[in-house]
Amino acid sequence: MATLADFRAEKPNWCPGCGDFTVLAALQKAAANIGLEPEDMVTVSGVGCSGKISQYMGSYGFHSLHGRSIPVATAVKLSNTDLTVVAAGGDGDGYGIGIGHFIHALRRNIDITYIVMDNHIYGLTTGQTSPTSDKGTKTKTAPDGSTDEPVHPLQMAIMAGCGYVAQGYSGNLKQLTELIEGGMKHKGFSLINIYSPCVTFNKVNTYDFYKQTLVNVDEDPSYDKTDRFAAIKKIEECDEHLTGLLYHSTEKLPYHEANSNFPSTPVVKADINLDQENWGKLIAQFK
Amino acid sequence: MSKDLGWKVGGAQGEGIESTGDIFALSLFRLGYYVSTYRHFMSLIKGGHTNGKVRVTTENKGHHGDDLHILLAFDQETINFNFHELVDGGFLIYDTSIKNVEVPENDKVNIVPVPLTDIAKEAGSTIMKNMVSIGATAAIIGLTPDDFRSVLTDRFGSKGDDVVESNIQAMQKGYDYYKANFSNHIELPARPALRPERLFISGNEATSIGAIAGGARFLSQYPITPATEVMYQMVKNFPKLGGAVVQAEDEIAAVMMAIGANYTGARALTATSGPGFSLMMEALGLSGISETPLVIIDVMRAGPSTGLPTKTEQSDLYTIMYGSHGEIPRIVLTPRNVEEVFYFTKEAFNLAEKYQCPVIVATDLFMGMNKWTVESLDFDKLQNNRGNFASQEYLDSLEKGEYKRFDVTAENGISVRTIPGMKNGRFVAMGNESDEVGVEMEEAELRVKQMDKRAKKLVGFDDIVGASYVGAENAELLLVDFGSTSGIQREVYEALVEEGVSVGHLSLARVLPFPTADVAPYINAAKKILVTELNSTGQLAQQLKQFVGGHEKFESFLKYSGDPLLVREVLAKAKDVAASLKKEVTL
Repeated sequence: MATLADFRAEKPNWCPGCGDFTVLAALQKAAANIGLEPEDMVTVSGVGCSGKISQYMGSYGFHSLHGRSIPVATAVKLSNTDLTVVAAGGDGDGYGIGIGHFIHALRRNIDITYIVMDNHIYGLTTGQTSPTSDKGTKTKTAPDGSTDEPVHPLQMAIMAGCGYVAQGYSGNLKQLTELIEGGMKHKGFSLINIYSPCVTFNKVNTYDFYKQTLVNVDEDPSYDKTDRFAAIKKIEECDEHLTGLLYHSTEKLPYHEANSNFPSTPVVKADINLDQENWGKLIAQFK
Repeated sequence: MSKDLGWKVGGAQGEGIESTGDIFALSLFRLGYYVSTYRHFMSLIKGGHTNGKVRVTTENKGHHGDDLHILLAFDQETINFNFHELVDGGFLIYDTSIKNVEVPENDKVNIVPVPLTDIAKEAGSTIMKNMVSIGATAAIIGLTPDDFRSVLTDRFGSKGDDVVESNIQAMQKGYDYYKANFSNHIELPARPALRPERLFISGNEATSIGAIAGGARFLSQYPITPATEVMYQMVKNFPKLGGAVVQAEDEIAAVMMAIGANYTGARALTATSGPGFSLMMEALGLSGISETPLVIIDVMRAGPSTGLPTKTEQSDLYTIMYGSHGEIPRIVLTPRNVEEVFYFTKEAFNLAEKYQCPVIVATDLFMGMNKWTVESLDFDKLQNNRGNFASQEYLDSLEKGEYKRFDVTAENGISVRTIPGMKNGRFVAMGNESDEVGVEMEEAELRVKQMDKRAKKLVGFDDIVGASYVGAENAELLLVDFGSTSGIQREVYEALVEEGVSVGHLSLARVLPFPTADVAPYINAAKKILVTELNSTGQLAQQLKQFVGGHEKFESFLKYSGDPLLVREVLAKAKDVAASLKKEVTL
C-alpha cells in the first residue's frame, strides 16, 4: 500500500509561508489516508501558483491551461471511472476565466474533487484584483479599491446543486485533510474552497485575519449539513468566514451513473477495433 | 440519353423540402445511380427560401453539377431564384396553388403547372404534396411510384402500412396527372449496375463512422453548423461500443475534454467549425507541448466571425495551418472526397498517437452536409495502431523516477507514453515547457532540446500522400486545389483535355506537413498555374509560393460568395489562362 511519501514529487517552489504548502500536504495526506495508489489518481491543475500543485503531487498530473482544469478533469474521470480525479486551481483560475466550466461541471455532477486555493489576489502575476477580492480591496489594478462584487463560490455551488460543499483554511491542516478526504469519497462533484493566504501580495487576508474571523461549523453539533438553505444562511451570516463541511447531500447520482447511455466499464477499456457485425450495423443506415 | 440529371426542389424552410430531396435522392441511389446532393438553406428554423439539389449520374462525380433539368417549385421564390438554371428542354413543375404565380418567359423550358396541394388534399393530406410532385417527376423521367416504395417503407413503415400506402397513392396521383395532361419526357442517364457495397453518405456521417472505425470512443463537442451532425452519429452508436459523448458548454471545454480523454488513454476527438476552431487555439498549443494526441475536425464554413453559418468556404486554411501561438508540430489533412473523409478521419487517430500531436481534419460545409454515393468503405483497411505506448513490463524494469515522458533522446522525437493507472509511469503533462521528466523549467539549453525534440517528429512525414496528380507529363497549364473542390476541378480538367489543352490537375490532400516534394515537380514544370479555392485572398496559392516558389506563374480563381463552385465559371477562367499561354507561344 502506498504511503504518504509516495505522494510526494517535486519540491515546491512557492514563496516561504505560502498557504498552498498546507493544501498540498492535506491533499497528499488525504490520498494516503484513503488508501489510493499514486497511479490511480490524477491531479489536474490550471495556471498560476495553484497550478503548480500537479507537479508537486506524486499522482499522475496534468498542468493544463488557465481556468481549464475542470474540462480536463471531467474527461479524465469520464474516460476512466476507476481513477480518482482532483482538479485544483486558484480563485483567479477557477472563478475568473474558468467560472463557466465550474458551474457546468456542477450541473453535470461529474465525480471529481475540486480544490480551490483562494487567496483573494492574483499572486503569480504579482498582485492584481481577483474575482474573490473583497469590495474596497486596493491593488495595482484597483488603486482606489475594487468596486466589483466578489464571486461567492460556496453559495453558487450550493445553488447549482453541488452535493459536497466545504471550506478549509491553510492554518488548519487536520480539518483540511478531512474535508479533502470527504470530498474524494463523495460520489459526485465536491468543492473545497480553501483560504490559502498569499503572504507576498495580500496584506489583508492573512493567517492572523483568518484566525480571528473564521467560524468552524464542524465544531458546532447543532449545524445541519443537509439543509441547503440553512447552509446558505450560515455562510451569509458569517460573511463567508467559516470553515467545515457546509453542505452534504448524497441524493444525486454522478454523471456517469445517472446517464443511462454511459458505459458501465471504463471508456479506456473499450475495444477500439470494430468487428464485422458492428460495422455492418453502422453502415446499414447509409444504404 | 442524357449524361446526367439535375433535379431540384424548393420552397419555404420547414415545408418538407429536405425530406422531399432525401426521398428522391435515396431512391435514385437504390436504383444504382451515383447521386450527389446540395442543400441550400439559411440560418433560420422556418421561413426563408430553401432548396435541395440532386444530381444523378452514371459515373461517380464529386459535385452536384451546374445544370438543372427539373425544378419542383412549391413557392414563387423557388421560381424566382432557380428558374434561370434550367437547361433548354428542362422542366418547371410548380404548384398551381401558388398565388399570382409568375413564370419567366422561356419557350425552351417545359412549363408544368400541377395542382400539387389540391391533389395531395384529395389523397388525404396537403403534407403529401411532395409525394405528388415526386410522382409527376417520375412520369417525366420514366420511373414509377414503385421505384420509390422501399424508401417510403423505411421512412414511414413504423407509422403503419397505411401511411406508406397513402404516400404511394399520392405519388401515383401526381404520376397520373402528368400522364393525363402532358407528354414530354426526359431520359435518365444510363443506369449503372447495382452494387450492394455502395453507400449514400454525407461528409459529416463519413467523419463520424471514420472516427468510430478509427477507435474513437470519446467525443466532446459543442453544437455548431455545419459540424453538429458529427455528434448525432456518436450519440447513436457510442453506447453500443462502450464510448461516451459529452455535449460541452463551449468549444474551449470541448477541446480540453478531448485532450483530457486522450491523455487518459481513450481515442478522443472534437468536431467544430471556424468560430469554434478559433476558440480552440490555445488548447491546440497545449496538445502540442504536452505531447497529448488530439483529433479536431474542422468543418469549414464562410467567415470571418460567425460569417455565413450555412454557406461553404475554405478560408480557415491559414488558421488550421498556423493558428495558436508558439510553434508545435501538427498534421493537417484536407480530404477531397467522402471516401477520403472516412479514411483520413480513421487514420487521424493513428497519426495523433503515433506522433503525439494534434491532427486536424478539415472538411467543409459543402462536403459535410451533403450526401454522396461512395463505392465502398472498408473499416479494416488501415489497422488501428496505438504508437509508442509503454508496456507495464518496461515500466517495472525502471527504477522509481527513472521514466522520462519527454525524453529528448527519443528516436524521431517520439518518446514513450504512459497513461494513468500504469504503475511507475507517473508523469505530469505540461502546458509549460518542462524537462525530460515533466518538471517545469526555463533553462535555455533544455528548452532548445525540447523544441527540437518535438520538431523532429514530422520530419520526413509520409503517412498520408500529400497530393495527387492527373494529366500530361510537363503540362503547360496546371490546375491546383485542395479539399472538397477537387471533384469540380476534375470536370474542369476533363473539359480542357477534350479541347486539347496541355493541362494537369494537382490536388492537395494535406497541407501540413506541407507536401512540398509531392507538388514541387508539377509547379516547377508548369508554365501557368491556376489555383482554385473558396476564399478571397488565395491562401493556398500563397502557401505554394512560399513552399515551392514560381510566383510569376500563379493565377487564382477565387470564390467567396458562400456558394460552391460551378464547373463553367472555373472553366471560363481556365480557358482564359490557357489562351494567354498560347499568345505567349505565338509572340
